[in-house]
Amino acid sequence: MNDMSQAAPTADGRKIGGVLMEMKNITLRFGGVKAITDISFDIREGEIRAIIGPNGAGKSSMLNVISGFYTPQEGEVWFRGQRRQPMKPYEVARQGIARTFQNIALFDGMTVLDNIMTGRLTMMKSGLLAQALWWGRAEAEEVAHRAQVEKIIDFLEIQAIRKTPVGRLPYGLKKRVELARALAAEPKLLLLDEPMAGMNVEEKEDMSRFILDVNDEFGTTIALIEHDMGVVMDLSDRVVVMDYGKKIGDGTPAEVRANQDVIDAYLGVAHD
Amino acid sequence: MVLPDTLLFAMEAALNGLLSGVMYALVALGFVLIFKASGIFNYAQGVMALFAALTLVGIQQGQVPFADLIHALTGVEMHGFGWTLPAVVAIVLTGIVMIGMAMVIETLILKHLVNQPPIILFMATIGLAYFLEGLGDTMWGSDIKAMDVGLPQGITGWIDESTNSLFGYGFYVDQLNIVAMVVAAILVTALTLFSQYSKQGRALRAVADDHQAALSVGISLRFIWVLVWSIAGFVALVAGIMWGAKSGVQFSLSLIALKALPVLMLGGFTSIPGAIVGGLIIGVGEQLFEFFVGPLVGGATENWFAYVLALLFLVFRPQGLFGEKIIERV
Amino acid sequence: MFYREAGDFKTSYRDDGQTFPIRFDRYRYYAVLVFGFVVLPFLLNDYWTNAVFVPFLIYAIAAIGLNILVGYCGQLSLGTGGFMAVGAYACYKLTTAFPDVNIVFHILGAGIVTALVGMLFGLPSLRIKGFYLAVATLAAQFFLVWLFNRVPWFYNYSASGQISMPERTVLGIPVTGASVAPWAGYLVCLVFAVALAWMARNLTRGSVGRRWMAIRDMDIAAEIIGVNPLKAKLTAFAVSSFYVGIAGALFFSVYLGAVEVGEAFGIQKSFAVLFMIIIGGLGSIFGSFAGAAFMVVLPVMIKLVLVDTLGWPTDLGAHIQLMVVGALIIVFLIAEPHGMAQLWRLTKEKLRLWPFPH
Repeated sequence: MNDMSQAAPTADGRKIGGVLMEMKNITLRFGGVKAITDISFDIREGEIRAIIGPNGAGKSSMLNVISGFYTPQEGEVWFRGQRRQPMKPYEVARQGIARTFQNIALFDGMTVLDNIMTGRLTMMKSGLLAQALWWGRAEAEEVAHRAQVEKIIDFLEIQAIRKTPVGRLPYGLKKRVELARALAAEPKLLLLDEPMAGMNVEEKEDMSRFILDVNDEFGTTIALIEHDMGVVMDLSDRVVVMDYGKKIGDGTPAEVRANQDVIDAYLGVAHD
Repeated sequence: MVLPDTLLFAMEAALNGLLSGVMYALVALGFVLIFKASGIFNYAQGVMALFAALTLVGIQQGQVPFADLIHALTGVEMHGFGWTLPAVVAIVLTGIVMIGMAMVIETLILKHLVNQPPIILFMATIGLAYFLEGLGDTMWGSDIKAMDVGLPQGITGWIDESTNSLFGYGFYVDQLNIVAMVVAAILVTALTLFSQYSKQGRALRAVADDHQAALSVGISLRFIWVLVWSIAGFVALVAGIMWGAKSGVQFSLSLIALKALPVLMLGGFTSIPGAIVGGLIIGVGEQLFEFFVGPLVGGATENWFAYVLALLFLVFRPQGLFGEKIIERV
Repeated sequence: MFYREAGDFKTSYRDDGQTFPIRFDRYRYYAVLVFGFVVLPFLLNDYWTNAVFVPFLIYAIAAIGLNILVGYCGQLSLGTGGFMAVGAYACYKLTTAFPDVNIVFHILGAGIVTALVGMLFGLPSLRIKGFYLAVATLAAQFFLVWLFNRVPWFYNYSASGQISMPERTVLGIPVTGASVAPWAGYLVCLVFAVALAWMARNLTRGSVGRRWMAIRDMDIAAEIIGVNPLKAKLTAFAVSSFYVGIAGALFFSVYLGAVEVGEAFGIQKSFAVLFMIIIGGLGSIFGSFAGAAFMVVLPVMIKLVLVDTLGWPTDLGAHIQLMVVGALIIVFLIAEPHGMAQLWRLTKEKLRLWPFPH
């Protein structure tokens, strides 16, 4: 499986690099319940990797393992060639992994601008006293990061709502702000948990375009969970299929579509 | 049997602690009821006990409510209705007042705060506590009142005698504490039976489990809230009678009731047995701590012991004694 | 018409991020400052200083402190009274141990000591949340008051168990003790209040403030985007306690002069400051001032109207005050959870467009 570690350009000319993240034999339990059983897969630099599966398959749990929110009982997580020791979610974020959430997790009491600025918190280093006096580094840092954030605001076309409190926004825009917040962190790996859930066709098209653009322009590696098969097949380079906490398929969209186990899982075959 | 004096005194302290623990548990019970049914941490529970006790004494002794205010507004002096009601009648009337209060609280406060975050509801009950304290004082005056509903008081003879014959030292246990224990036992049994076997009890448990689902099967949330606040008001009345008989009806009663909070920390917010066990642990713990450590550090440790114990407990076992481990999700 | 932003263009992110983006607000703010520093000191008499202005400024500092913790970081604390006591006793110990050092440093030192104590009691906040934490802070409240009451070292073994402030001067002018001119004590408090409010504003608009607010709004998401929750909460506890400690030090040294801990810094004080920020506005510096002003002026008004004018008994006035405060808390929580600050903001929104309705 690990034989194609060198760059292999895809059909549309993007660069897919070496392995960025590798999950080895991950098992996650809650009490006696196994949410994930012995799953291995990898994510390559520059690719869009989809994780699909029926409800309750353990996709979100997988994403939570990657972002450090859950610590698996067994298995290894490798990131950028190093084995990752169990660490807190905020340490994972500092390594360059950002994410969005299935049920939007924005900071409702803050404006859009402030929300996106939180994405850059890992890079803001000025001390308490300097900030209290708004002095030297504190102000310069604030302005520099603001400039970066404004670029992302332009990129995602949300200039007009910059100073709006997030709580007042409609659903689709919230999703976009959440993406902006994740992008503000300039992540190596971007995790998207159902980025298009609950959207209409037009919003889905917008979001798909943004995801492709992010991947294209910033070269960001993306792992996403999505239920809309059309979207998954169009967007992703490779797909992992999960069912009942196990991996039942892995490969290009075309390969996965032809996989008998996957078809069974989606169309429903009696398990015996 | 001859035991060293220190041990005997410690045993006496522990026994009395156990019984005052029952008193704490009595207040904690009111908290648990409301928390289970509405997710509200009712800070005002202690003041409700004070208010109930004030009202009971006022009604029983025929005090005119708002006498001072009426005097200030109209200049009319009123010195009471001049009756003294039997305790039972006064208790029933106070019970009706507490039910009325539950209805008013539901209409004026709870109804408007549905779906607010718990912290807002908590702060609202702090406001309620202030309001009720002011109301109680305005209605009945803020002087210390004696509570006399005919509960036995003084040394419990048979405990004194039996321990005297056993150890050669008679334990002093107030009869009132024994009564409190019996009443608490009855109350808990009655509440358990009510919530297990009555229709309203089942509705109550359904609401406690899931508001939305309960609404969708046709349970009236508002009725349940009035019901549960009425019950909590009744529990507050019982606690107010016990505490009031023990140490007089005064403001400090609502502070003693604050101790129900650490009790809940130990026992968990949703467990009635937890409230009882937590109350007993706190009651015994603070008596023994004061007995052994108090003299070394200047005494009056019961002011903070319960809170610090709860704090330590929370740090090492945040879900309390009986709570389940919480799995966080995103 | 007069209150507008048209023609007030921002050409840099620096200008856009300032505290008063609208020019009129800025001028009004400078006018208030000039009035407070230059005009008021000449107008103040003893009564107004002690009944309104000095307590208002001190409570405003405490309210900003508590607002940082509750309104910005979302950690409910009922230990404000206890932390004010730490500030008061630290100030007392410092000034009696080093009588030659300027009192201003003692007050700052008291803030630092309180910040450390606050961090200690903030440690459990990593594991417990919401009202669980509130009850944990009650432990701080009761334990600290007990400590200062029972351990004689804290009150220098004085026979009464009280602490009393000796005379101390700033630039040769006495600011504590018996012979203080009203304006001197007032100015000390004003300098502290303005400086601390300005610093709080700076903290809350930068990255530190965003960490706090992220924790407040959704702590799990905050951690996943890279906020270390322990560090964020502990800085909130430290900064908050620093403010509260300074308020306690001023309350003792400049305002009361002598203190009995249970009376001055009991649980009632914790609630009073909490009410200030609920009524004034959670998560607002201006709201802290508004709430403090309200809670200080209300008893004065009630006394003025009910007791002095209508001749009602004092205790009846006090009871009615309790009811009014309690009812207002509930009303604000129901109708406007962001308090007077939000009402003010809405008024300004309207004014910006006036006389047009939209």
